[in-house]
Amino acid sequence: MHYFWAFLVGGALCVIGQLLIDLTNLTPARILVLFVVSGVALSALGWYRPLAEFAGAGATVPLLGFGHLLAQGVVAAVERHGLLGALTGGFSAAAGGIAASLVCGVIASLAARSKDQS
Amino acid sequence: MPRRTGGTLFFDRPAAVMGYAAVGGKREAEGPLADGFDLLEKDTTFGQKTWEQAESRMQSLCAELVLRRCGIGAEGVDLLFGGDLENQCAASNYTMRALQIPFVGLYNACATMAEGLALSACFVSTGLARRAMALTSSHFCAAERQYRFPLEYGGKRTPTSQWTATAAGGVVLSGSGSGPYLRAVTFGKVMDFGIRDTSNMGAAMAPAAASTLLAYFRDSGRDPEEFDRIYTGDLGAVGSALAMQLCEREGLRLDKLHEDCGLLLYDRGRQQVGAGGSGAGCSAAVLCSHILPQFRTGALHRVLFVGTGALMSPTTALQKESIPGIAHLVAIEDA
Amino acid sequence: MNRKASPRSPLGKDCLWAFFVGGSICLLGEGLRTLYGRAGFVLTDAAALTSVTLVALSAVLTALGWYQKLASRAGAGTLVPITGFANAVVSPAIEYRVEGLVTGVGAKMFVIAGPVIVWGMMASVVWGVVYYFLRPMMGG
Repeated sequence: MHYFWAFLVGGALCVIGQLLIDLTNLTPARILVLFVVSGVALSALGWYRPLAEFAGAGATVPLLGFGHLLAQGVVAAVERHGLLGALTGGFSAAAGGIAASLVCGVIASLAARSKDQS
Repeated sequence: MPRRTGGTLFFDRPAAVMGYAAVGGKREAEGPLADGFDLLEKDTTFGQKTWEQAESRMQSLCAELVLRRCGIGAEGVDLLFGGDLENQCAASNYTMRALQIPFVGLYNACATMAEGLALSACFVSTGLARRAMALTSSHFCAAERQYRFPLEYGGKRTPTSQWTATAAGGVVLSGSGSGPYLRAVTFGKVMDFGIRDTSNMGAAMAPAAASTLLAYFRDSGRDPEEFDRIYTGDLGAVGSALAMQLCEREGLRLDKLHEDCGLLLYDRGRQQVGAGGSGAGCSAAVLCSHILPQFRTGALHRVLFVGTGALMSPTTALQKESIPGIAHLVAIEDA
Repeated sequence: MNRKASPRSPLGKDCLWAFFVGGSICLLGEGLRTLYGRAGFVLTDAAALTSVTLVALSAVLTALGWYQKLASRAGAGTLVPITGFANAVVSPAIEYRVEGLVTGVGAKMFVIAGPVIVWGMMASVVWGVVYYFLRPMMGG
């Protein structure tokens, strides 16, 4: 059953993104920023954790989940290190995803070439 | 003596089209005008390492083909008006490094071909140049990486966005010859409709197209029915509809005569090109693969060629400036 | 006048594509998470490994030019999941390679994804400070 909810919630979050693209003039970059910041806010309000527990990857794979990850990381770091944790928590939690993208980017830039998409 | 009425220049000894050529890429080869092209290259790298070099190579090939068709060498051309979409008109600059013809670099976005053609006509008709060439290009990949996103980036295009043509076109005008002739030119004014959406440039250019067409018909006193066709380039589907509405509001009905280069180059039903083609090479390639050949076959006798350009930069667009548009008109007639 | 002449995006079709492709990527994520969980990783590590795997997969598809082709139909379905973030990092790295490893790849890699990191991090720092001062009041 948790596969079904992951699919449904993940798909629904993407539809929200699609509605923002089609119905507003927001560029992709703005939508991504909006999703991440909203993720932080929803997590701070305590609303995202129940969703993540319920829908699993359906809530954590979309970029809202990235915001949730940052917010959780910062909370854990503040608990351990006090105010300093507000600075270190976000990057620590996000390090895996960002570093993986960065490494993949460097490897891809060496291995692949820009191709005409037409 | 050439005559000036209002904003339009009329030439009593008009320049004649001596030769022309069009070069295109893969999408253009799959499009409805493929048969009219002189060279179509499915490998849009044109054997080069970067997209900027690819565009220069494509432009050089086009220039060579035009010269060959005219049966002259580079030294036979007194002046070349050229441009493209790259920053600092880089594609043209590197093409001209090898060509060694006195060079005037132009930028008017998609209107650059009409601008170059109009300037060539002015110089040749007045005897300031025996022969002059107008040469422009655009390359989808070079334009995407400069104006929008990396080619591998998954950004969905909106239906109003236009597709930058991978194409080049060149025309040599001569003081002597059997036509078709460039009888009149109207240089347009910059017009602004207040459009800010850079993926809807057709709408931004429509007022400029309408303004230049209205100016020409006012200055010349001619009737639209005297022309076989009125070609705009490149308003696309959205801009074409708007430009026709704006003309009609001023009592000028053109919709039966009107065609748009951006809509001719591709089959929008079959090819995913949004509102149509665009880019400095689009109207240039349509002119040289579709319009001028029809003078040769006798299918066309009198046309107006109206290049339209959207003159914003990525920087001004981010600064929320609206998009200024421009349109230049050239009257091409076979007698 | 402009609004009337400009065609809208086909909303229903766009949303269906976004829903099914986005949902499928999340479904794949859930499968990976379960798999890593069974392999004995704790929950947070399994989640991190899931992200890393999806990022790597997206990088491969991006390098082959397939991610862009899928995205031209899927829209937000490929933009919103973490694979979209990876695509935003990997595609400029490939595209601007010709401008050099430092001035091209290095400088342009985060040209699209950078704002996400800047504002996501900013929001988390603000929340961290707020949380620090709220904590005593919450009895924690």
